[in-house]
Amino acid sequence: MSRDLINLILEATGESLFMVSVAASLATLLGLPIGIFLATSRKGELFAAPSVNTVLGVIVNATRSTPFIILVVAIIPFTRLIAGTSIGSGAAIVPLTIAATPFIARLVEAAIREVDGGLIETASSFGASPLQIVFKVLIPEALPGLVLALTLAVVSLLGYSAMVGAVGGGGLGDLGIRYGYQRFMPEMMLAVVVVLIALVQTVQTAGDYLARRVNRRLRHR
Amino acid sequence: MNVHQPVTVAEPIPALASIAPEQAAVEAMVRFEQIAKTYPAYRDKPGVQALQEIDFAIPRGSITGVIGRSGAGKSSLVRLINGLEKPSAGRVVVDGRDISALSGRKLRLAQRSIGMIFQHFNLLSSRTAAHNVALPLEIAGWSKADIASRVSELLELVGIADKYDRYPSELSGGQKQRVGIARALATRPSVLLSDEATSALDPQTTRSILDLLANINRELGVTIVLITHEMSVVRQLAKEVVVIDAGYIVERGHVADIFTHPKHPITQSFLAEVLGDRVPVSLASRIEPQPIQGGQAVIRVQLRGTSAGDTILARLARELGIDIALLSARVDEIGGRHVGSLTLGIPGDDGRTRQVLSWLSQHQLFAERLGHVA
Repeated sequence: MSRDLINLILEATGESLFMVSVAASLATLLGLPIGIFLATSRKGELFAAPSVNTVLGVIVNATRSTPFIILVVAIIPFTRLIAGTSIGSGAAIVPLTIAATPFIARLVEAAIREVDGGLIETASSFGASPLQIVFKVLIPEALPGLVLALTLAVVSLLGYSAMVGAVGGGGLGDLGIRYGYQRFMPEMMLAVVVVLIALVQTVQTAGDYLARRVNRRLRHR
Repeated sequence: MNVHQPVTVAEPIPALASIAPEQAAVEAMVRFEQIAKTYPAYRDKPGVQALQEIDFAIPRGSITGVIGRSGAGKSSLVRLINGLEKPSAGRVVVDGRDISALSGRKLRLAQRSIGMIFQHFNLLSSRTAAHNVALPLEIAGWSKADIASRVSELLELVGIADKYDRYPSELSGGQKQRVGIARALATRPSVLLSDEATSALDPQTTRSILDLLANINRELGVTIVLITHEMSVVRQLAKEVVVIDAGYIVERGHVADIFTHPKHPITQSFLAEVLGDRVPVSLASRIEPQPIQGGQAVIRVQLRGTSAGDTILARLARELGIDIALLSARVDEIGGRHVGSLTLGIPGDDGRTRQVLSWLSQHQLFAERLGHVA
């Protein structure tokens, strides 16, 4: 493979990593509180607000059930409003974040719900406020689950990021389609797939390792 | 005598005057006043009347056992004390304060003076023993230095100072409950609530945890309220017992009185479990209704706190001149009195057995004939 092509791959990898890391960070910032709220706002729970919970749940489901490629084109005006343009890796971060946020929120909700309700009662029994319960009990206890949830989200985002090539988003997926498919360069397609596999493997291995590190339910030594 | 001299005696002490209407409450650590607790119907579940007509006081510094079957309402009762549940009617006064009227920040402040331990320990798996104990102190806003010294002190108190840096997954059940106890005592509460704290532990560990609780009550003067479905726990630790069934208090009083004169069938069934009122199966299967040639009549003697308990066998044998066989026995000393049952074998004819039964009834011991064995 020529030097130019290798440079293309490196450049595209950089774009993909940029889009995914920024989108994952933003989606975590948004999805974490939404997920915690979803997990604690049903009737009789810590921040009981059943109607808000229901409405939020519907919005989250609606966003999640929209196919990503449709979401990308549907929100082009919004993307232009936020990013100033609808083309390029920077602009692609907007739909990626919007798609990943409800996904992360649901994963966070599941991880938080895994925490034994007895612990919430225990913390309440010694006078912890709802926010203290979130920060001192729920998040630390759910941490292994949260780490795995974010790992899963990043892996999914790598997949999504391949699709934003459709709106000039750049990145590995875009490269694979333009060179590998449209220019009939199977070696390019192969190279893109290999890089993506390596990235997913790295992220998953790192996530698994981190989740194990923070899991104190397992015996150490 | 100078009439203008100040009369010190008549001067009311303000603090006392302010609590004068609550004088009865001064002695009581926890007072339930006409409590009812109803859980409303929710979706397809019907409403539940968990507690009704609960009206009693728990004396300051006492150890009170609340016993009942599962679903009897004892969990609700104990959760009313620390405000985790609100009564549907009536009020709960803890240390002179109406806890059922508090909410939000005021309730959270009051909860710091009420510790609680749980059946499944409820330790945070993400924190070491020391950090679990530190949690209520962090929540109460203590400084790092104060927390560190208090935590060491508490782990010392419960006898697991060497487990400071261990995570719950590295501790045994008994050690976890000791961490739970240290955590519950962290903010120096005046009441300690125990929710089936020994139900998940083996008998030996249960004993050591109950001993620890007794020590804490003696040395720190903490009022302990323990809910349990095991009479043996009440017997070992409590001075007062409240028997609860289907949301009502069915019997209540000193442990020794309840054990020696149980009135309600529920209480009697709890007692049967600890006192072994049932004849051992191996013996029961051999009992025949008809007399057996050369065999023995089987009688069972109930000991219900009669002082004769300790010497009864010797006296019976001596006074009637019979070789009595002891077939099975379960006797405990509760509040200085003997409680339990003896199953005896009486050799000889029917007249002999009747002689024994009448001797026993003369000595205020209830006895019955179960049958005969070879």
